[in-house]
Amino acid sequence: MKLPDKEGHFGLYGGKFVPEVLMPALSQLEAAYNDACADPSFWQEFQALCHNYAGRPTPLYHAHQLSAKLGGATILLKREDLAHTGAHKINNTLGQGLLALRMGKRRVVAETGAGQHGVAAAAACARLGLDCIVYMGEEDIRRQALNLLRMKLLGAEVRPVSSGSRTLKDAINEAIRDWVTNVGDTHYLLGSCVGPHPYPMIVRHFQSIIGEETREQMLERYQRLPDHIVACVGGGSNAIGIFHPFIGDPSVKLTGVEAAGRGLGSEQHAASLVAGRMGVLHGAKSYLLQDREGQVSPTHSIAPGLDYPGVGPEHSYLKDSGRASYVAVTDSQAVEAFELLSASEGIIPALEPAHAIYHVTRIAPDLPRDHIIVVNLSGRGDKDIHIVAEALGGKL
Amino acid sequence: MSRIASAFAKPGRSALIAYLTVGYPSPEATLKIVPHLAQWGCDMVELGIPFSDPLADGTTIQEASYHALEQGVTPASCLKLAEQLRQRVDIPLVFMSYYNPVLSRGLEPFCQASAQAGVDGLIIPDLPPDEGAELESATQKYGLDLIYLLAPNSGDERIDLIARRARGFIYLVSLTGVTGPRDTLPPELESFVTRVRGRAHQPLCVGFGVANAEQAQRVAQMADGVIIGSRLLQLIGKGDDLAPLGAFIQELRHRLDK
Repeated sequence: MKLPDKEGHFGLYGGKFVPEVLMPALSQLEAAYNDACADPSFWQEFQALCHNYAGRPTPLYHAHQLSAKLGGATILLKREDLAHTGAHKINNTLGQGLLALRMGKRRVVAETGAGQHGVAAAAACARLGLDCIVYMGEEDIRRQALNLLRMKLLGAEVRPVSSGSRTLKDAINEAIRDWVTNVGDTHYLLGSCVGPHPYPMIVRHFQSIIGEETREQMLERYQRLPDHIVACVGGGSNAIGIFHPFIGDPSVKLTGVEAAGRGLGSEQHAASLVAGRMGVLHGAKSYLLQDREGQVSPTHSIAPGLDYPGVGPEHSYLKDSGRASYVAVTDSQAVEAFELLSASEGIIPALEPAHAIYHVTRIAPDLPRDHIIVVNLSGRGDKDIHIVAEALGGKL
Repeated sequence: MSRIASAFAKPGRSALIAYLTVGYPSPEATLKIVPHLAQWGCDMVELGIPFSDPLADGTTIQEASYHALEQGVTPASCLKLAEQLRQRVDIPLVFMSYYNPVLSRGLEPFCQASAQAGVDGLIIPDLPPDEGAELESATQKYGLDLIYLLAPNSGDERIDLIARRARGFIYLVSLTGVTGPRDTLPPELESFVTRVRGRAHQPLCVGFGVANAEQAQRVAQMADGVIIGSRLLQLIGKGDDLAPLGAFIQELRHRLDK
């Protein structure tokens, strides 16, 4: 069965839990997307932008030193960190930017946590001639000052969000409030595979370019599919992007790595799938970190891009169906992997995929060399240097 | 006749509906204010269950919700408070809650507890009818009205859908935006109400942005009821002087009855 269904459900999850005022906008977006799907010129333009502007395809790099050091499986890195603006986020912002143009909406609002989606949205809007407003929590502005400046240089207006926990969740609330108010001329460029239908489907489609390239690169170089794909999961867009083209291949194991923050017992984490239960936030039913009364829990992760209490509904479905499994890695483990990859391969990963790298360091040593693990290296770590320096307490 | 239906059955009288965030500035205050509202001329009270992520609300209700949550207000304590209010007032009481706290308790248990507390209906701003089938059957089982909303950009298809499914009344969101006082009513409001009137048989109540007696009076000329929320919370403030609120509600009542 093809998922999501017509109403946007992935089994029990997904759907459209939004104020009535947004229903026409969601229908309009879905119609524009369906229309674009049937229009080869749309995909030619998307592919051309991905190639010439974003630098795709990104390499599938054999991490020789890391593999040797761990002494087991062969580890390959899908180098989304080399994509323009430094992360996989650009795939989705170019795609949705083209959809906004198609709908005649020249004003774009976006939310950002780590700042990576904000930067990618600002870049795509600059390239496509759209006005861009980015909502960003004050706490994240403090943590990701570099990305704030990048967004400004790219011509975006950054609006600080001071409500709630002042992080990604609150930036999404504020972006939705803006969208509700300006729905006639504004497209909400949501940055992950979360939110109401059709967002999880659309974001998955644009991000699937990661998995499609991986598949081609594997077949060309190794004449086979990988044994295991590992990706970090906040909202889950880089993970769904690399998982999706392999869902129908049962030999390929899929693992998502969430943020265990200061530990799953600490109540300071962001592991929705590992430690949450079903709820509704930001327009979709999915696993959610919440208290027993249904209030959304505050979250923590050293990686701002994972610091979110919800998760894309398709991941909830993949968890329940058993097709993918999900684990969680703590802040300090992620920092350990951050240092390891930097020193062993000369690649500074973002803290988000450092979670995925850490999981691989746990499983790789016990596996044979012909076992191939692909890690989605979803972004680069320049933005995180200060956080890591702080975490290492002056040892850097 | 249900309590909500009787609120719309008084010839020549427009329904005045007050929204309060439960627990703003304190649960005791809510308990004290609601009977006064009934006495001053409100025909129905919406009890807002505070939620951590009120994405359809402007700053006034956001801040009131945050404050109430800080006071330890929960859906369970709101149910308890509604039960106490039911002993003191006869007007209909409806819960305004985002969907997650309702889902978290379980749709049937929530509806059962609400009905037992004497609550008459539910307004769930992030639950369109497309996702509402389960809650509709749970509300009907316990004799509650599930009140749906329409917005100025709702097309005929959406209006027809909601006209088929809404119970009690239809909540017309006056503008595209979040809750909170505005200086003027949207110019398209009248055509919006007329459009819905032509396709729906339920009473129509207008909320979002209505902030003064003059606006309320204009709304009452088009619709069956006026909903006021944020402005009331501003008048209530954090103190315990209810005089400004009393004067405002009585002025509203007076203007609506003119």
